[in-house]
Amino acid sequence: MAFDSGAVAVSRPKSFTLKGALLPMTLLELRTNDASKIASELAQKVAAAPDFFGGSPVVVSVESVVADVPFLTDVIDICARLGFRLAGVKGDGQHIVEFTKVLQLGHFPGGKVKNLSKRSLAGKRSDPQAKSIIDTYISTKTIVTPVRSGQQIYSDGDLIVLAQVSAGAELLAAGCIHVYAPMRGRALAGVKGDESARIFCMSQQAELVSIAGHFMIDENLRDAYWQRATQIFFDGNELQVEPIAGFSA
Amino acid sequence: MAKVIVMTSGKGGVGKTTSSAAISSGLALSGHKTAVIDFDIGLRNLDLVMNCERRVVYDFVNVINGEATLRQALIKDKRCENLYILPASQTRDKDALTKDGVERVLKELAADGFEYIICDSPAGIEHGAFMALYFADEAIVVANPEVSSVRDSDRILGILQSKSKKAEQGERVKEHLLLTRYNPERVEKGEMLAVGDVEEILATKLLGVIPECSSVLKASNQGVPVIHDEESRAGQAYSDAVKRMLGEEVDHRFLTPDHKGLFQRLFRRSA
Repeated sequence: MAFDSGAVAVSRPKSFTLKGALLPMTLLELRTNDASKIASELAQKVAAAPDFFGGSPVVVSVESVVADVPFLTDVIDICARLGFRLAGVKGDGQHIVEFTKVLQLGHFPGGKVKNLSKRSLAGKRSDPQAKSIIDTYISTKTIVTPVRSGQQIYSDGDLIVLAQVSAGAELLAAGCIHVYAPMRGRALAGVKGDESARIFCMSQQAELVSIAGHFMIDENLRDAYWQRATQIFFDGNELQVEPIAGFSA
Repeated sequence: MAKVIVMTSGKGGVGKTTSSAAISSGLALSGHKTAVIDFDIGLRNLDLVMNCERRVVYDFVNVINGEATLRQALIKDKRCENLYILPASQTRDKDALTKDGVERVLKELAADGFEYIICDSPAGIEHGAFMALYFADEAIVVANPEVSSVRDSDRILGILQSKSKKAEQGERVKEHLLLTRYNPERVEKGEMLAVGDVEEILATKLLGVIPECSSVLKASNQGVPVIHDEESRAGQAYSDAVKRMLGEEVDHRFLTPDHKGLFQRLFRRSA
């Protein structure tokens, strides 16, 4: 027992918690070895926007310059004078490792970093990574009027229908299909092959349901949760019809 | 502002023309200047049901083609002061109808002070039916209480809300459901769909339920719209429907079987 409690104490200390974290920092990328030029331009920047650096820690990157120890010393000096809270130095080289160790600063090896600062400081999604997320996002199509017999509705993403879907109507979606009314027509989800797509309906009375080509017709559907709130999904083997918890009457 | 109302159903033989005749007569009897247009080019029937077939000189297609003026083609009803009939052509086909031509006629009727323009649609979902519904502000969808008729009505509702001019402008055509040939006895036996079932399937506001009634066939053959037969149940049900169209709150009648009725009525008649 003593061993057990000891083990717990080691693995779960009560006085602190250790967590990996990504915190905002400002990266100061140096492009020249001219310390005086850095000093004057940086002073101008701070004068123009005193709150820009705020209290957030600054990491100096010396990857693009030849940084010897006297230069590093100058840079640290400049930062201290301008009131920066220096968190570390980023760059490769044994002398940089030694230098940061002596000054008790953090050391970050050179290499690519995620460009977080630009986005958070600019306040809008201007960087290319965020843009590509917008480009690939496919919006949901929402239909608020009844879908009648003979009508066909297609969505490149998800499809939401808030009115009844009549027998003889057809819903097609590359993503999921939601019908918050009686569903008496056909619903084909994942038509581009997404087997994880699902169909949700408040009153399941479908003629046919299909997920990525795996289908079920109403003869089989009538046996399972007919006219109830159900979801239909593909479990890798066959279609499953299950009641939606909290809606099953 | 003239209101253009299409009488439509998808399926044939459900009572579009009978209902067009009855409802247009009812509106006219209520004091509203009404025109009823037969869109069933090549299979004209409305003039028969309204007993004006021998007075047809010019027709709808003549007006569209500029061969006659609207005034020449409109036939004044003998029974109602405010009712005019624009008959269909019997010798042409439905391709004679053009969007521009139909629009011109409807505008001319509106300019002439007509308050209601009833468009009696042909069956089907082809050109003729499309022309009849394209300019509609409102639609009366006629259905019988049986599954194929209800399915076709559903289809035509879909076309109305996606292909009509209103739909193209992002608006909606106001829908009314008119259930005809309703037989409460057969509903009770489970041989016929109940009103509630049809309403639920179509999700459309119920304008009226017209009971199956021998007076309807008699009225058609005599060329007197059944609404003039105030004794008949169908006539009364159409009158109720017209009142509802004009904004009155009227309870639906003839929805339940008249159990005591049949024997007593027979007895009364023979007496």
